[in-house]
Amino acid sequence: MDFNFTEEQTMVRDGLTRLVRESYDFETRRGVIESDSGWRPELWAQIAEMGLLGMPFSEEDGGFGGGAIDSLVVMEEFGRGLVVEPYVPTVVCAGGFFKHAGSAEQKEEHIGGIVDGSRVYAFAYAEPRGRYDLADLETTAKKDGDGYVLNGHKAVVIAAPWASHLIVTARTSGERRDHDGISVFVVDKNADGVVTRDYPTVDGRRASDVYFENVSVGADALIGEEGKALPLIELVVDEATAAQCAEACGAMKCAQEMTVEYSRQRKQFGTPIGKFQVLQHRMVDMFVEYEQSVSMAYLATLKLGESEVERKSAVSAAKVRIGQAAHHVGQEAIQIHGGMGMTDELAIGHYFKRLTIFDAEFGNVDHHMKRHIALASG
Amino acid sequence: MNLDFSTEETAFRNEVRTFIEENYPKNVSADGLRDDLSPEDMVAWHKVLGEKGWSVPAWPAEYGGTDWTPTQRYIWSEENARINAIMPLPFGASMVGPVIYTFGNEAQKEQHLPGIRSGDVWWCQGYSEPGAGSDLASLKTTAVRDGDHYVINGQKTWTTLAQHADWGFFLCRTDPDAAKPQEGISFILVDMKSPGIEVRPIKLIDGGYEVNETWLTDVRVPVENLVGEENRGWTYAKFLLAHERSGIAGVARSKRAVEQLREIADKELLDGKPLMQDFDFARKVSQLDIDLAALEITELRTLAGEEAGRGPGPESSILKIKGTEIQQRLTELTLEAVGHYGTPYYRDLSDAGSNEYPIGPDYAQHAAASFFNMRKTSIYGGSNEIQRNIISKMILGL
Repeated sequence: MDFNFTEEQTMVRDGLTRLVRESYDFETRRGVIESDSGWRPELWAQIAEMGLLGMPFSEEDGGFGGGAIDSLVVMEEFGRGLVVEPYVPTVVCAGGFFKHAGSAEQKEEHIGGIVDGSRVYAFAYAEPRGRYDLADLETTAKKDGDGYVLNGHKAVVIAAPWASHLIVTARTSGERRDHDGISVFVVDKNADGVVTRDYPTVDGRRASDVYFENVSVGADALIGEEGKALPLIELVVDEATAAQCAEACGAMKCAQEMTVEYSRQRKQFGTPIGKFQVLQHRMVDMFVEYEQSVSMAYLATLKLGESEVERKSAVSAAKVRIGQAAHHVGQEAIQIHGGMGMTDELAIGHYFKRLTIFDAEFGNVDHHMKRHIALASG
Repeated sequence: MNLDFSTEETAFRNEVRTFIEENYPKNVSADGLRDDLSPEDMVAWHKVLGEKGWSVPAWPAEYGGTDWTPTQRYIWSEENARINAIMPLPFGASMVGPVIYTFGNEAQKEQHLPGIRSGDVWWCQGYSEPGAGSDLASLKTTAVRDGDHYVINGQKTWTTLAQHADWGFFLCRTDPDAAKPQEGISFILVDMKSPGIEVRPIKLIDGGYEVNETWLTDVRVPVENLVGEENRGWTYAKFLLAHERSGIAGVARSKRAVEQLREIADKELLDGKPLMQDFDFARKVSQLDIDLAALEITELRTLAGEEAGRGPGPESSILKIKGTEIQQRLTELTLEAVGHYGTPYYRDLSDAGSNEYPIGPDYAQHAAASFFNMRKTSIYGGSNEIQRNIISKMILGL
């Protein structure tokens, strides 16, 4: 048993802490998320230069031989800085599909593009009527000669406005919610028939609703085996969920620390409000929630390589626990900040919004609780 | 970072599992309430472990500890929890023992440590008083120097299992004029057979007699029973409380109890189907399972920190808070699971040798009593509110 980070991971963390402190302060971030593009491609290039985008890939695939723990390290720091740049969609999701199921050509092209920062990917899996069921797909991909024709509508595709490519889940056969008949494709966002409606998200990121209108792709767009992709999608989504759990931990840590600091400064009744026991105990509970969340993020990450049941059970347990903690910590942080917590000019509200939206990504507390119960009852 | 046990650790697990299977006293049923057991039963496993040299694994080797790593100690507690073993009582092994080997003199170590290790000497804790609970430093029991003796007067309460105790460790006020209440307290070892000690049982809400009032009237104790320095007792008491908290998470035992809860809920029926298949109930059990997983990893992180030479510091307060909340929730859900048969008052209703109809399933018999009894866990060992004060002060810096 070992809960230490390697020397390399510690260096990465320290480097990121510095980067976030120096070039991702709250005012800078606020300017960026309100700008036209909503992100900083030059920062992405800098992150690529630091080698962060290649960490979780094997050396054989053109990466630096790390894994999910490296993504945990990165995302915890991203969470602290409320970094909007698309590490999870690009590196964990798209990277995950290519790493697990890509052909040699796909790996070379796409992992190469991820590692050097030249390509950004978004993961188009959710649908307006599918909620959190990864198999509830109305988007279709019909065989057409060697290739396929895609039709359908994907909901709230995070980072799609910045993406060069989309990873798309679609039904190649079967009925809505069938577990068989699901395939995964990589699609150039500039392909004919890809229509996007872009918008900002409440937590400072950008997303699109994406429509596929008779989009033709070649045979080389298919990732893995046709019709058999659900287990692969579940694996990649579990990996993304674990990474997102780490992000939530980072954001929670900041929200908790900011609240403690605010309670030291803010005086009422002639004394800092942090001297009131009723508030102290609430801040202790925020801290305890954070510590339990870190434990669960570790558990989820360390179980990603285990059997399917163990992996799913741990990831769902983590998403439940951290989803609950994220709501708790976010809401308490606003309450203890009082009226100031309601203002856009304070960072705390932005942490609160990110922590709130975290729950709905890749399945909320109820969804993962159901999965956990189903796995426990065999 | 990984969760794997090393080959040595797995071999260790096999070794202790075999030892437990072969040596745990067959006649000591561990499935009931603790106060159903005779005093002999309560120390039976302790005595076996004393002979094996495993009764006080956390002690330094020079005082009879095992030199096990924190991970090995964790494995040890897991393996004992598998059979719900009745472990050595904490008062000697985890409380006064460490105080004696850390702050006591050679004569005290020689006199007391062997009996604690072997389980031959039963200890009790004289801390709380009717007017000094969470505010322990306001205690009023006095020890006044009279030649070679202290003369102790006062009243202690919640003295767990003092009815069987041979010795007690008491916090007494030796300097009523100290600048702060914490500064005038001493840590004194008292032979419970001394004249002037009266132990009166307190009946608790579960119907059991686990704790007592202990009255001390002109009890004469030789001065050599003072541990460490006079008026420094508060320091030793705080040290002891930190020690007490580190094992208090009870993760292994709670994991076993969740399994038992699932077994009960598989047997109970709702709408003709096992209760465990009811979504509302299953959700509560899963929540417990998930909270327990978070606590387990938090404890393992603390252990890893200990192996690296850190702590256990104020983080152990997290283990106490979450561990006791989970223990309480477990007994609450178990009581919920048994339905109607949580209602009868089973205590003293012995079916042995009777030909009357039995009342309810066996697993229902302790459900209510356990739930009532476990309310104590968030109150004892520094109430959970005191634990929050500790985190607030020591970690958050408020």
